[in-house]
Amino acid sequence: MIINYLIIGLSVITLFAVLGLVLVYLERKVSAFMQLRLGPMRVGYMGVGQTLADTIKLVAKEDIVPNKADKLLFNLAPYIVAVVAMLALAPLPFTQGLQVWDTSMGIFYIAAISSITVIGILTGGWASNNKYSLLGAMRSGAQIVSYELSVGLSLITIVLFAGGLKLSEIVGSQQDGWWIIKGHLPVWIAFIVFLIASTAELNRNPFDLPEAESELTAGFHTEYTGMKFALFMLSEYINLFIVASVATTLFLGGWMPFHISNWTFFNGLMDFIPPLVWFSVKSFSIIFVIMWFRWTFPRLRIDQLLTLEWKYLLPISLINVMIAAVVVMTGWHL
Amino acid sequence: MTTEPETISSIANSGIPIRSGIISPDFEAQDFLINIGPQHPSTHGVLHLKVHLSGEVITDLEPCLGYVHRGVEKMCEKLSYRQFIYLSSRLDYLSAHINNQACVIAIETAMGTEATPRAQAIRIIMSELTRLASHQLWWGCMGMDLGAFTPFFYGFRDRELITDIFEETCGTRLTMNYMVPGGVMHDIHSDFVRKVQEYLVHLKEKLPEYDEILSGNQIFLERVKGIGMLSREDAISYGCSGPVARASGLSCDIRKSHPYDGYDKITFKEILSSGCDNFARYQVRLGEMRESIAIIEQLIGNIPEGDFQAKVKKVIKLPKGEFYQRVETARGEFGVYIVSDGGNTPFRLKFRSPGFSNLSVLKKLCMGLKIADLVATMATLDLVIPDIDR
Amino acid sequence: MEKLKEKITGIEPAALFEESGGFLHAIVEPASGFAMLQRLNKDPDLKFDWLSSLTCVDWNHYFYIVYFLRSLELKHELVVKVKITDRLNPITESVTKIWAGAELLEREVYDLFGIKFHGHPDLRRIFLDEEWNGFPLRKDYKDEINIVEL
Repeated sequence: MIINYLIIGLSVITLFAVLGLVLVYLERKVSAFMQLRLGPMRVGYMGVGQTLADTIKLVAKEDIVPNKADKLLFNLAPYIVAVVAMLALAPLPFTQGLQVWDTSMGIFYIAAISSITVIGILTGGWASNNKYSLLGAMRSGAQIVSYELSVGLSLITIVLFAGGLKLSEIVGSQQDGWWIIKGHLPVWIAFIVFLIASTAELNRNPFDLPEAESELTAGFHTEYTGMKFALFMLSEYINLFIVASVATTLFLGGWMPFHISNWTFFNGLMDFIPPLVWFSVKSFSIIFVIMWFRWTFPRLRIDQLLTLEWKYLLPISLINVMIAAVVVMTGWHL
Repeated sequence: MTTEPETISSIANSGIPIRSGIISPDFEAQDFLINIGPQHPSTHGVLHLKVHLSGEVITDLEPCLGYVHRGVEKMCEKLSYRQFIYLSSRLDYLSAHINNQACVIAIETAMGTEATPRAQAIRIIMSELTRLASHQLWWGCMGMDLGAFTPFFYGFRDRELITDIFEETCGTRLTMNYMVPGGVMHDIHSDFVRKVQEYLVHLKEKLPEYDEILSGNQIFLERVKGIGMLSREDAISYGCSGPVARASGLSCDIRKSHPYDGYDKITFKEILSSGCDNFARYQVRLGEMRESIAIIEQLIGNIPEGDFQAKVKKVIKLPKGEFYQRVETARGEFGVYIVSDGGNTPFRLKFRSPGFSNLSVLKKLCMGLKIADLVATMATLDLVIPDIDR
Repeated sequence: MEKLKEKITGIEPAALFEESGGFLHAIVEPASGFAMLQRLNKDPDLKFDWLSSLTCVDWNHYFYIVYFLRSLELKHELVVKVKITDRLNPITESVTKIWAGAELLEREVYDLFGIKFHGHPDLRRIFLDEEWNGFPLRKDYKDEINIVEL
């Protein structure tokens, strides 16, 4: 048993590290592609070794703790955020049978665990003993807590359709077609709301005023150096992956191939591609879309950000849940 | 408030103002003073602002200048009339050609000569290209200040083509010093006309892209519309000029009111707007880019033949008197005031910088706004700090 | 320009006139300077509402404070020079109540020439440090360390 747990733990940590490296490299290449330049090219073939070099550099940096900072909380904050990110990786179904923990409260567990990230951010901002980090952390906290409501409501729409919280069941219910095709209008609205609200959850552009506050400071992680800063950064990218995976699992069919009913030859061809490849392609295309947002849109001001959530997204999500309930009860979906 | 010496950081952390020029009788417990700059991520140069915040809202603002003060006016008193032109391009380095044009025309008017027609046409083309380059850099930096990182690269990509043209003819990319009293220093490069025509075709294709990526974006419009209102009376009272004043409905284009170097023979529109807000200033500058393209198109096909430099004595001595020449740079009215006592060097030289007057209106624009709006407003004022600090 | 001269003599009889570089210069004493500038701004025939520039010239025995005025509606221009003869304690009236842009311009003149403006809301140095001694743009300013004499 212990051996099982050890293997699982090590593989999750490895996945965390490797995914982080790949995503940082991907972000740099995607941004370069949109900005008419090349991105990292020198370290390794086409620059693949760049993130590894950056990680080694960060690990070798001096670990500075500010004088009057609260030492325990200051050191604890990055680990809270990192551990939460790893915990949220647990119930994700990467392919048939490859799932760390198939709990019966799958999606609920992910939503609950991701909320603990806020504690890590607030702890980091408070313990830094820096007026501006605290401001940035509080803004960030307010933003995340507000947008969790919309995320939750859009997830509930799919739960209504699929009839359960267990992730493998949700994927299974998409055997004859992905929810984004089967459930029509309510699922489309839920998908768009989910994408917008998750970008805000991740503190990414266009919602990154707490972080890229170019006049005050770099937000809650200003005072962090070296490995702790690396953990904050990696956790942000892993959260990006988790959001993309959740979107894939709930809306785009998880590891299910793209079937069109009665086109048996086509379906056979689609089945030939392994499910893991399907999952990766879907989640990486959502990651690409979220990265695309970052490099295209300007930033929203903090009050515009909160107005967007409370006055627009939340009412739309609530109405959408009601529409979804009606559709499920009357069976108007495919 | 204690009087014992405390460290700067502890005072700043406690939020009590230190020896600043801001007079604030009701300083509440939750207000605090922050310093923006002099080093900033936004690329405006070394501008130091002391901002009083009450939560997120700005209650007072004071610019602290002098970080790039080089004493240019004092230096010019020791330089000859041909030499001080080199210092004028280092003021507002993004409109270097236009600054040089002001100095050179002031000297020519004082001596009673005029540049040759060929030189005048070349000067106007160079000035308008400079205006285009400056506005492209402004557009890119405005996008970056608001968080959209991609416009920065698009603006610079187009600007590179202009600086390449400058490098071929003038020798340098930023501080050109190509204009001399009487005309221009050398004739234009043989490829100049062809390259400028190709560039204009390229830019006309790209300008709609600028509109798509920023002006049409709803988030951008939310950030700039209705913010930073500058009324027409305030613009006149503070002496604002250039796009800042034209966006408040004030018609003050020097090229129209006091034409120089042949601008009166060219047809172009003066872009006015009555919006008075950040978005109006943004639109005015984009409109000016289109007008600059139109001006260059009128001239580039038929630059008059002839000498590129009129005969002027090697050592220039201006007659006794006072002379003032104003031009329209990318930022507003730039003026050169020369007081001459008959000698080889100016007795007193004063540069009227557009940024100085535009900066004085920043406090009025930003009272009551949020700190994120301050960044957007500064971006639309288009300040270049060496121009302000001289 | 003749008409302008007549109108200004009507406001301020003691003004002396010069013409240079295409501009009309009117030279006045500091005592009557402020009143004259206010009349120039408010008078409906003159309406000088635009202050282009405010500067100072040091002529060794006296200072001239130079105001470049322009009327946007009536399209005429004027240069007003206020003559200050007291070198030890040069003081004149501030025009911030007439043109708001003069606030920073007068601070610059104070910083570089040492001329005090009575009625200015916040007269401090603007470019140089608070503790700087001397006024650099004056003709008798000596600085062994920073200035290299050519």
